[in-house]
Amino acid sequence: MELCDHSAAELGRKLRSKEISAKEIAGSVLKRIEEKDKQYNAFITLTDELALKQAEEVDKKISQNENLSPLAGIPVAIKDNICTKGIATTCGSKILEGYIPPYSSTAVQNLIDDGALIIGKTNLDQFGMGSSTENSHFGPTKNPHNPEYVPGGSSGGSATAVALGESVLAIGTDTGGSVRMPAAFCGVVGMKPTYGRISRYGVVAYASSLDQVGGFGRNVGDTALVLDSICSYDKNDSTSANLPKPNFYPSLKPDLKNLKIGLPKEYFVEGIDTRIKEKILAAVKLLEENGAEVHEVFLPHTKYAISTYYLIATAEASSNLARFDGVRFGYRAKEDVTDLTTMYEKTRSEGFGKEVIRRIMLGSYVLSAGYYDAYYLKAQKVRALIQHDLESAFEKVDCIITPVTPTLPFKIGEKNEDPLQMYLEDIFTVSLNLAGLPGISLNCGYVNEFPVGFQIIGKAFDETTILNTAYAYEQLHSNNK
Amino acid sequence: MDYDVIIGFEIHAELKTATKLFCDCEVTYGAPQNTHICPLCTGQPGSLPVLNKKAVEFCVRAGLAMNCSINKYSLFARKNYFYPDLPKGYQISQYELPLCENGYIIINGDDGEAYPVGIKRIHLEEDAGKLVHSSQSISSSEYSLADYNRSGIPLIEIVTDHTTNPMRSVKEARNYLEKIRQILRYIEVSDCTIEKGQFRCDVNISLKKKGSPSYGNRAEIKNMTSFKFISEALEYEIKRQSKLLKEGKKIEQETRLYNEEKKITLPMRSKEDAPDYRYFPDPDLIELELEKEFINEIRKTNPVLPDELLNLITEKYKVSQEDAYLLTRNKAVANFFTECAPHSDDNKKLARWIINNLLKHLEENSLTIESVKIKPKDFASLINLIVKGEVTDRVGKTVLEEMIASGKSPEVIIDAKGLKPIEDTKELNKFVDDAFSAHPEVVEQIQSGETKAINVLIGQVMRSSKGKANANKLRELILERIEKE
Repeated sequence: MELCDHSAAELGRKLRSKEISAKEIAGSVLKRIEEKDKQYNAFITLTDELALKQAEEVDKKISQNENLSPLAGIPVAIKDNICTKGIATTCGSKILEGYIPPYSSTAVQNLIDDGALIIGKTNLDQFGMGSSTENSHFGPTKNPHNPEYVPGGSSGGSATAVALGESVLAIGTDTGGSVRMPAAFCGVVGMKPTYGRISRYGVVAYASSLDQVGGFGRNVGDTALVLDSICSYDKNDSTSANLPKPNFYPSLKPDLKNLKIGLPKEYFVEGIDTRIKEKILAAVKLLEENGAEVHEVFLPHTKYAISTYYLIATAEASSNLARFDGVRFGYRAKEDVTDLTTMYEKTRSEGFGKEVIRRIMLGSYVLSAGYYDAYYLKAQKVRALIQHDLESAFEKVDCIITPVTPTLPFKIGEKNEDPLQMYLEDIFTVSLNLAGLPGISLNCGYVNEFPVGFQIIGKAFDETTILNTAYAYEQLHSNNK
Repeated sequence: MDYDVIIGFEIHAELKTATKLFCDCEVTYGAPQNTHICPLCTGQPGSLPVLNKKAVEFCVRAGLAMNCSINKYSLFARKNYFYPDLPKGYQISQYELPLCENGYIIINGDDGEAYPVGIKRIHLEEDAGKLVHSSQSISSSEYSLADYNRSGIPLIEIVTDHTTNPMRSVKEARNYLEKIRQILRYIEVSDCTIEKGQFRCDVNISLKKKGSPSYGNRAEIKNMTSFKFISEALEYEIKRQSKLLKEGKKIEQETRLYNEEKKITLPMRSKEDAPDYRYFPDPDLIELELEKEFINEIRKTNPVLPDELLNLITEKYKVSQEDAYLLTRNKAVANFFTECAPHSDDNKKLARWIINNLLKHLEENSLTIESVKIKPKDFASLINLIVKGEVTDRVGKTVLEEMIASGKSPEVIIDAKGLKPIEDTKELNKFVDDAFSAHPEVVEQIQSGETKAINVLIGQVMRSSKGKANANKLRELILERIEKE
């Protein structure tokens, strides 16, 4: 076992006892990238020099016995739609060719301030639009358990990097499941906290009312550690929640006593792979045997979640992506550009990928005069109903357990020609984004070589309950193995 | 005229807040290009807007001054369109639920009566950047340059309500524009300098035959850079539209551009080509909720309005309506008057002297009342001296000029320059002697009953005494002497 395969908590202990240096940790991670990333393609940009420089600073602090934050010296990979000052941020798209942000996102700045080692920028579906990390200008990322399969998406690069030991921790963004879904496909832990917990400042917007940054780790504790760093109130984001910084990691308790778990009937019906269903019900049973109560809950508007999501997300995206126009930064078409309109048209059709163009067109249509009420406004109403479903359920239970995806990882290229099939991969994850609630995705076993994940949903700003539940499950599950 | 006219306006005024509407960049004018910009106002990926509270306050101030109801909840919306001066590809504006709605302002109507023009809404939005083309327009230019210093400066848009007392003539339109500008300057939310682009307006106009129940389609006219051009454009439109109506033709609903050189309006786009802005609530900004106390505080501290000051000047200080109107055109001038008045013995004369002498002098020398050193109390003293006859009008003007330049009191100036009036009988009589011996024929005229001729003698003395002779006393002495002779 190399250093890069250790947990962040373990590496932190070894650093503080001066058993190892931060430079050794960085070296171990970079060596793994060197060995694996050609094949798996988790990274778009490596920031090895920066990581080594940051490691040196951490080592200096250790030698001077200075106080260190828990993340000091721990490698973190950043999804490439999160701005990093002076480091290319591509969003996986040609349209941001050559773009170097003049500022860092608040989430990344928090990591840097805590002494984390920024390893590089990870691959994604362009602008976070996709569920497989195939829609990238920089080629697909491969599933760490079988490189012929997709790692899920859109934060597939981050999930893969953590799974392979190319990083210890990673951050991603989750608009409809883009952290939780690749976590499930890659067999790692991924969590999206409540909307407003993490500043969106510097996160390239896909759908502003749904976007939320999330964290990846190989266990629940590590995931809590990275969230403790990136969660913060930020006056630069008007939708940021004015709450004190959380202490998720130090307050983790494997406590299931009196815990009421809700199981939504609607999430275990047709369409779901029975092998996944069995694994999840087994996980629920394990929790029940160890003190939790299980109740049935009803989320009757679940069947409208995907349509609602794709109306709202694409409407917001069509406006958010208007700034990529070739005027001030990024790619600009040069051939046969005769006037302003052709410059816009050619730049955007050449710069954006197919899926991005599809969503911009859909979103523009949804907002058009004469269609706004029928689509956008109606979707907002259904969104309120979905929110209400979840609120009602949470009057009875403390958390809700569901699948993350209806299927196991699929082959690269398998669903490319059928966007609707691809959209259905998000069926169990999008409701949380519509309601702004926190959710964690963690492994509950394997089918053949492929990991199966399950999702624990919590009440708004009650991340502690789902982290503790996940933590308790993780310990029971590893004892069971 | 055989036609009734309806005119409405959409006015954009730049707010003079210290910083922009959604970022901390300074609001400037004329600074070197792209020196007051940041990730937000250049539309960098990932940047987010944070609302400037001062701009909200200014918009509410305008709303209250224009008798609007202030919405406790209001929303920001995105207006989506592509243009290189618009860095995000959308403008953050207000669509549903603007800050202020349903107000009015009072203008002078053509019938001489007060006319309350309806205001439909006042909302807050951000300005775009500025493009400089290498040639006439973006399409004919080899290149165009973008300056984003202006991008994100707060604007208020004031929209008239064409169903509630719209303007009925070019003159009323002009009165409306002047009143809006006057109010915005009084409440100190905008400098409204047209040349700096701080005050921009689009106007719409429609006509109907007198007696006909409904109006024709309206034409919107853009691109006018002065009040004069707006008047010219409206006059042209009235001619154009009435000709079409006379010929029984239909007036198209369209947007037209004013051509300053040819003094005509030309079609820009028809209703069918009107862009679909795909408005929707901006998800980056939460619903704006105003506390009652916030609105009350603004109501309490809102500066005095032009009509309030005009009423004060006519009622308390008994100045004529016409003079009060001239005084209140500029708030600083009106304030100068009200600061002088408590020290003045004759407010009507005070008003006349400000209008005829002080303002004229300032205008001729391109000065503003704020920039000169003259103190209100001193100005009142000067008027009092003139009223008492202790200073003649002519000397008064000389003293005033010196007061403007030096800020000294009239007494000090009169003393130092030896401008004190000649009161001494002996000294005055010397001048009278000279005048009598120089003009015996005038003396004869007066003696034969032509009393008016006395002015010739007074004039002669005034000239030889350089205007310093006390006029009242001089008249008495001359009359005395005539009687003796």
